Amino acid sequence: MARKSPIWLSVLSLGFLVLWLALASVPFLWTLWGSFKVEADFFSRQDWRNALFGMRTLAETGATSTGLGYEGAWIKEEFWKATINTGIMTLSVVAISLTLGTLGGYALSRSGFRYAFWILIIALVFRAMPHITLVSGYLLPFFELNLWGHLTTTIIVMVAINQPFTLWMLHSFFQNIPKDLDESAMVDGCTRFQAFRYVIIPVMWPGVITTGLFSFLLAYNDFALTGLLLTEENRTMVPKIASFLGNAQEQGNVMYAVAAVVSATAPLFVLVMFFQRQIVSGLTAGAVKG
Amino acid sequence: MPHRTFISFIWPSALAMMLFIALPIVSVAVQSMFIAHEQVIETVENCGPFGCKTVEVVNAEATARLRTDEPLGRFNGAGTYTNRNHLAFKEIGLALAEATGPVDFFGRILNLPFYKALAFTLTYTFIVTPLVIILGFVIALAVNRIPGMFKGPTIFFSLLPMIVTPLIGSLVLFWMIDSKGIIGATLQFLFDNPDLSLKASTTLTWLTLIVYGIWHSAPFAFVVFYAGLQTVPQDTLESAMIDGASRWQRVRHVVIPHLMPLAVFVTLIQLMDNFRVFEPIIGFNAQANATSLSWIIYNDLRGSDGAMLFGSAAATSMLTIIGVCILLAPVVLRTWRANRRAA
Repeated sequence: MARKSPIWLSVLSLGFLVLWLALASVPFLWTLWGSFKVEADFFSRQDWRNALFGMRTLAETGATSTGLGYEGAWIKEEFWKATINTGIMTLSVVAISLTLGTLGGYALSRSGFRYAFWILIIALVFRAMPHITLVSGYLLPFFELNLWGHLTTTIIVMVAINQPFTLWMLHSFFQNIPKDLDESAMVDGCTRFQAFRYVIIPVMWPGVITTGLFSFLLAYNDFALTGLLLTEENRTMVPKIASFLGNAQEQGNVMYAVAAVVSATAPLFVLVMFFQRQIVSGLTAGAVKG
Repeated sequence: MPHRTFISFIWPSALAMMLFIALPIVSVAVQSMFIAHEQVIETVENCGPFGCKTVEVVNAEATARLRTDEPLGRFNGAGTYTNRNHLAFKEIGLALAEATGPVDFFGRILNLPFYKALAFTLTYTFIVTPLVIILGFVIALAVNRIPGMFKGPTIFFSLLPMIVTPLIGSLVLFWMIDSKGIIGATLQFLFDNPDLSLKASTTLTWLTLIVYGIWHSAPFAFVVFYAGLQTVPQDTLESAMIDGASRWQRVRHVVIPHLMPLAVFVTLIQLMDNFRVFEPIIGFNAQANATSLSWIIYNDLRGSDGAMLFGSAAATSMLTIIGVCILLAPVVLRTWRANRRAA
């Protein structure tokens, strides 16, 4: 813009932005730092600076920071198992929902019939269902059929719950790929499947990666399903952390939960760092296409 | 695309949604009309040195057998919907008849579990959604002004509250507002009140949860609006400037109308997501002062008060689904009409 803005506006806007950034990031940095202290420091009533300098940690362990919380969470409470479960679950969910979603989304974007629109509207309504209302539909049948508690069941359920969103997202990405591309392949004698395989698949990866990121986040962050559908040994990270809270009264256990929380947040940090652009474009893709 | 090809592409996805979204809704509807069998009572004659008397005892074995044979329970019709834990018709009738005034009446209603949860869910949804939109818009305007090299890191940190697992995000804040945590202890110091606790009173708990909700969702609105700001037509802005429009007038009459469709989109997503508010209540351990519809379903299914209450959870789920439909109806209708006008 040509005209310069008044100085007070710049200061106000910058001040506001700094405040927001502090609100958004300090809680995580604070918890990351505090996870290496003992409980008496992280929850220090007398002086908050204890958590920064670790005075009680020094007195209790002989150093100003300690890995006791991590040791307790990962080894004693077997958080590593939950990590493996989360790994298996998220990767399977992402792979399966993208496979189903690309096929479905492609069909929806190329159909041209009225029912494709209605399928999308139904998917939108399904997207709005609070997940926990569906869980109350699953539980009893799953108990009766002996399907309850397995990681596989949860994966399939999560793929299904993920479908409406995946379909919407990929549908709008495929609509951005010109129809001429696959149609000219079909004029040249390809079947629809061949056109999809040789023409569409090579150009669809940006959209698929973005959608995959959001499927990953949905599976990784879920608590409503994983908290109710998994047995104790099959628990993923988030319900495992919730289970730490139940016996948090015991001395030291709170720090296990803090360490576990930091451990579970770390992959998300890395994810945002590497895929920031895809996440931003994914959030806006739905909006721009309506 | 011919129908056959369409079906061969879409059936895996459609089947998954059919089996695990549509069918469960039917299952919820059926379950909501049944409740667990009552205990099997038997009359047994107890003979002692002072003669015989008949007593009624619970036949635990027969009860267990009956409950495994018919896990669905017995038919209860709309009974579960109208009982005290759900729509509570009887209690409302009583409250209507006996209440001394509107304050007393609403006080009584808000003591019923379902209405208590509904009140919080609706308050949360309708306070968080507009504030998220306003805050997101202001952040987007502020970020749009800073030099390009700072934009990347700013967006990175701004995304964190939204990307991080809701349960984890609320725990992180919960530990900070704990009376021994940094914010909680500081507030006690500032107000010189060693008993001040954000968890103790209903109002403060609600406030905390709402602040969490805004913190969690504002990044989403910000990113969408920020992307929208990049496409504001520069010519219109410039001609507005030439016509002497002030900075505020340009925002009001050029930028905001341009972002309006995005605001509708954000509202739609936010209504859906805020209405299912659940994880923060677990994370903030707030169930004593604030419950949501999702939380009472979870509580029934967890079997926290003894057995798992499938019927009760199903009835609440049905009511929640109806709530979602009512909530979405205006937005969907609006989009649909706009679509039809455009087409």
